[in-house]
Amino acid sequence: MNKTALKLTGLRKIYANGFEALKGIDLEVESGDFLALLGPNGAGKSTTIGIVSSLVNKSEGQVTIFGYDLDKETFNAKSSLGLVPQEFNFSQFETPWQIVINQAGYYGIPRNQAAARVEQLLKQLGLWEKRDGPSRNLSGGMKRRLMIARALVHDPKLLILDEPTAGVDIELRRSMWEFLTELNEQGTTIVLTTHYLEEAESLCRNIAIIDQGRIVENTSKKALLAKLDMETFIFDIEPYQGALPDYCGQPVRQLDEVTLEVDILRHDTLNDLFVRFKESGITVLSMRNKANRLEELFVRLVESND
Amino acid sequence: MVRENLVALQSILTKEVGRYFRIWVQTLLPPAITMSLYFVIFGNLIGSRIGEMGGVSYMAYITPGIIMMAVITNSYSNVVSSFFSAKFQRHIEELLVAPVPNIYILIGYVGGGMSRGLLTGAIVTAISLFFVDLEVHSYGVIFAVVLLTSTLFSTAGLINAVFAKKFDDISIVPTFVLTPLTYLGGVFYTITLLPEFWQKVSLANPVLYMVNAFRYGFLGQSDIDLTTAFIIISAFIVVLFSFALYLLNTGKGLKS
Repeated sequence: MNKTALKLTGLRKIYANGFEALKGIDLEVESGDFLALLGPNGAGKSTTIGIVSSLVNKSEGQVTIFGYDLDKETFNAKSSLGLVPQEFNFSQFETPWQIVINQAGYYGIPRNQAAARVEQLLKQLGLWEKRDGPSRNLSGGMKRRLMIARALVHDPKLLILDEPTAGVDIELRRSMWEFLTELNEQGTTIVLTTHYLEEAESLCRNIAIIDQGRIVENTSKKALLAKLDMETFIFDIEPYQGALPDYCGQPVRQLDEVTLEVDILRHDTLNDLFVRFKESGITVLSMRNKANRLEELFVRLVESND
Repeated sequence: MVRENLVALQSILTKEVGRYFRIWVQTLLPPAITMSLYFVIFGNLIGSRIGEMGGVSYMAYITPGIIMMAVITNSYSNVVSSFFSAKFQRHIEELLVAPVPNIYILIGYVGGGMSRGLLTGAIVTAISLFFVDLEVHSYGVIFAVVLLTSTLFSTAGLINAVFAKKFDDISIVPTFVLTPLTYLGGVFYTITLLPEFWQKVSLANPVLYMVNAFRYGFLGQSDIDLTTAFIIISAFIVVLFSFALYLLNTGKGLKS
């Protein structure tokens, strides 16, 4: 198997109104990877995915999927790819069964061969009981799972999900995370765009950040998080009105009578801070990160690109 | 890869045929009722006072035209509404993402439109048997003309859908172009009744060639030379089919 699942070379997109959405994207996704493609709204994520999935015409550049050139070896390239788009894009009048089995047909899989796979996917994604009703009657979460079943029916080696958990409740989101993790462990390469950075941090091994039509970061999650030299912690304390200690030159800020906030550098330990708190007579009840670590980094990277 | 493409084509056809059967009250029933009314009003009530036209009863004369009218409007409206709905609901993306060559998408949608056009034509033909004893001069001509005509108008419907941006856009052509062309295409009269100038103007109407060639298949008489009719219908098909394929290949109205 080709080691590179997806390779984008010099991808550019200039829309008819002259807006340059992509300014030369170069990106490689290794086979078996779980990559998060992050970026603010309008950064070019959906345009990139649109070009890869043949829904947007590119202006320049090359897309290869598992070594197959999308323009020249279209059948093999497209057969290797499954797409779960951001918005619902299936006929609201057809049943889940019809939608998924027709999609298998579009990939050249006869109905009698596809039936078992469709049944397995609908059962796995909790849609089996709803298979014969109009898809417009499904809940939002079910519709999203239907699009996942549809994208997987031809057993693609690369799955692209454009904000798959947008508008999905927490329980369902967690179950989708488990499903995607399992899928990735079985060998499917996954590229995911999301606005939930917690999702990217929990699921993905590598992260690419796109901003203003350019890739501004493309590295492992571990390497990216190592760049984060400072974290902000919040401490819930018993009511306190005394003087506040300093910690390694960073002031301890009191947000209200029962809440403190401190910036901690990576090389500093929390043990010394707790000693300072004890000396000042502050009783800590609980503590937490102020923000998701990846979120802090993301904001910094995007702001520095402005 | 041909096998895979044929499976894809079968899936498109299954989906298309399933669509109009699912909503048969909107797709198959109305033409049956409308055409029955034509037979009752124009054939029975008014036709009995008109007498003969082209050497046969007026009812026998208009029947091929009425069948053809049903084939034309249903072939066109099936593809224009189905393809535009697929664009509007964005499930056309299911096909664009998949490795289905554009020509198979085109054949699939046109095939779906043809099947509805031909089925409706068969329904109207069956209804006509309650009103008139249909003669058949040439089955070959009948089938050839009806197949070519439904191909032509199904393809035209797809082109309309590609350019349509809102639901109004898919009713403009049927209302302001297709209906006048059909009514003035010799369904209800022979163009020999018209003054010479209007006879010549009528020759610019492609529907005239289809209706007359179809009528020839039943009655053995036509205002138009049969070979000319086949050449014109075929030429229209080649031009429209090539244009529709070009539109799909460039992603016009489908891809940004």
